Amino acid sequence: MELFNHLATGFGVALTPVNLLYALVGTLLGTLIGVLPGIGPVATIAMLLPTTYALQPVSALIMLAGIYYGAQYGGSTTAILVNMPGEASSVVTCLDGYQMARRGQAGTALATAALASFFAGTCATILVAGVSLPLSALALKFGPAEYFSLMVLGLIGAVVLAHGSLLKAIAMILVGLLLGIVGTDVNSGVVRFDFGIPELSDGIGVVVVAMGLFGFAEIIGNLESTEKREIVRTELGGLWFTKQQFRLAAPAALRGTALGSVLGVLPGGGAMLSAFASYTVEKKLAKDPSQFGKGAIQGVAGPEAANNAGAQSSFIPLLTLGIPENAVMAMMVGAMMIHNIQPGPQVMTSNPGLFWGLIASMWVGNLMLVVLNLPLIGIWIRLLTVPYRLLYPAILLFCAIGVYTVNNTSFDVMQTAFFGLLGVVFAKLACEPAPLLLGFVLGPMMEENLRRALLLSRGDPTVFATRPISAGLLAAAILLVLVIALPNMRRRREEAFQEP
Amino acid sequence: MPIRNPRDFWSGVLFTLLGGGTLAIGSKYTLGTAARMGPGYFPRILGILLIVLGVTIAVRALRVRGEAMPRLRLRPLVVVLGSVVLFGAIVRPLGVALSTVILIVVASAASPEFRPRESLVAGLLLAALAVGVFVVGLQLQLPIWPLQP
Repeated sequence: MELFNHLATGFGVALTPVNLLYALVGTLLGTLIGVLPGIGPVATIAMLLPTTYALQPVSALIMLAGIYYGAQYGGSTTAILVNMPGEASSVVTCLDGYQMARRGQAGTALATAALASFFAGTCATILVAGVSLPLSALALKFGPAEYFSLMVLGLIGAVVLAHGSLLKAIAMILVGLLLGIVGTDVNSGVVRFDFGIPELSDGIGVVVVAMGLFGFAEIIGNLESTEKREIVRTELGGLWFTKQQFRLAAPAALRGTALGSVLGVLPGGGAMLSAFASYTVEKKLAKDPSQFGKGAIQGVAGPEAANNAGAQSSFIPLLTLGIPENAVMAMMVGAMMIHNIQPGPQVMTSNPGLFWGLIASMWVGNLMLVVLNLPLIGIWIRLLTVPYRLLYPAILLFCAIGVYTVNNTSFDVMQTAFFGLLGVVFAKLACEPAPLLLGFVLGPMMEENLRRALLLSRGDPTVFATRPISAGLLAAAILLVLVIALPNMRRRREEAFQEP
Repeated sequence: MPIRNPRDFWSGVLFTLLGGGTLAIGSKYTLGTAARMGPGYFPRILGILLIVLGVTIAVRALRVRGEAMPRLRLRPLVVVLGSVVLFGAIVRPLGVALSTVILIVVASAASPEFRPRESLVAGLLLAALAVGVFVVGLQLQLPIWPLQP
């Protein structure tokens, strides 16, 4: 079958020593930042983007992808051992995982998390591989009008399924779109919104925005709060399950994988939403729901499988349609563009080594994580004892050097500081930065597609409604907004984001 | 009228101002027609949408209750951002080694648990690490010592 040939190509690329090395680096780094609170995948990818300039595009993407799903593994480790979620998606694992640890079953919980994640990762890799061919074929029928409507749907979907006020999130997207078009307009050569500053004629860099909004603002936020972290040392216990535990955990992992695979593809979805959904489902389906919150193994197996499946399947819209649906994918778009790869369905045909190599390396990375993480747990735990006052200046240093070396100008560093300030302001105003990043990355593409669509239709704006695919996509976007705006859906959405 | 939701209210004001600013600055770019969009077309759409959303959010904030605005502590903000900007300014004239030490010591001052001597040691270690990883390892063009070209 054609698929096997493609996967063979992919593994051929993924298993070269260079790419194996970068997969290892990415997953280890990802685990590290997953373990450490106060720094997440977006800021890390932003920090490492400048260092990937010299690399082959596929190696760069392999490493950056490894950071994302590696962070899911790392976050679970701290959630179970220290009751502290290193990553947002691990919040749910804290609930039962930590309780299992307190009962001396930490090893079992860790093994459950690792194996459930690996199972989910394998399934998700197969899913990504299987689904991409038909989806890309479909997407090649897209014209500019369809792309524009797809981007609208993606952006709307991303905010609808996310935190907080819908209107403010849409406004943040608009701000992001605006920031994205700062710089030279490709069509007319006019430099827009540069305030006379020559460095802005090339636009604002994605590294600058991401690092400022997600990196600096987070560090400042952490310093403002004076919570103390409790490091409780727990007995690891053995790494085995009893038959009974396996019988409870395995179906939960299966359900979590399915849930994560579906939710990960939806805009705004990804690891966190999948984990929350899985916990809710497991609790509802359990024969003994009172166990939840006290150390139910399904409460670890399900969400862990879900968050890994969700993380990997959120690559699908990116790789097949070129649409990022969460902040991490937006960074991947940034990375691709830096390497002169235009994200979209044509990547699969014009750059098959990159496409299939990335997919294959996701499985390789998962394998590395399972094999390496369990032995390395002692190191991760010791790292957690490093006090934050020593950690954050180091993070600031890497960020500052990283940003400086993009263009060798201190102006970029000042820009990043400005976005850090902006990030703090947004945090105070309860405005989510992720929609802004999504809009920022998509801004120029949206304008370009809008322009082309209107050019082809000779200025007729109804083209978006008359072309069937485009109309369908826009209708779906409007439907999403209406459904969420209904008062009782709004309540359910808020409930879904409170801790179960 | 009392502002029931200060965070949303000021968000709305911010968005409205941004939208207005966009329209103001964007007015000097040619608009073009729908068929042949000029550079000013898309910004104008965005500006108008921002104003509409901003006003809507602000008006709703007058009626629907929300959380109070959290306090802003200036010290972490100023110290962290200031240290980074300082680094950007001095890294070329003073070289990576010195700039790193300065950055680490200054940035550490933002933490309530600041210990000057500890930060100095950390700064020296990180300077060595930074030189090793970035200048030697990744071959980035950064001067290590002061007054290198």
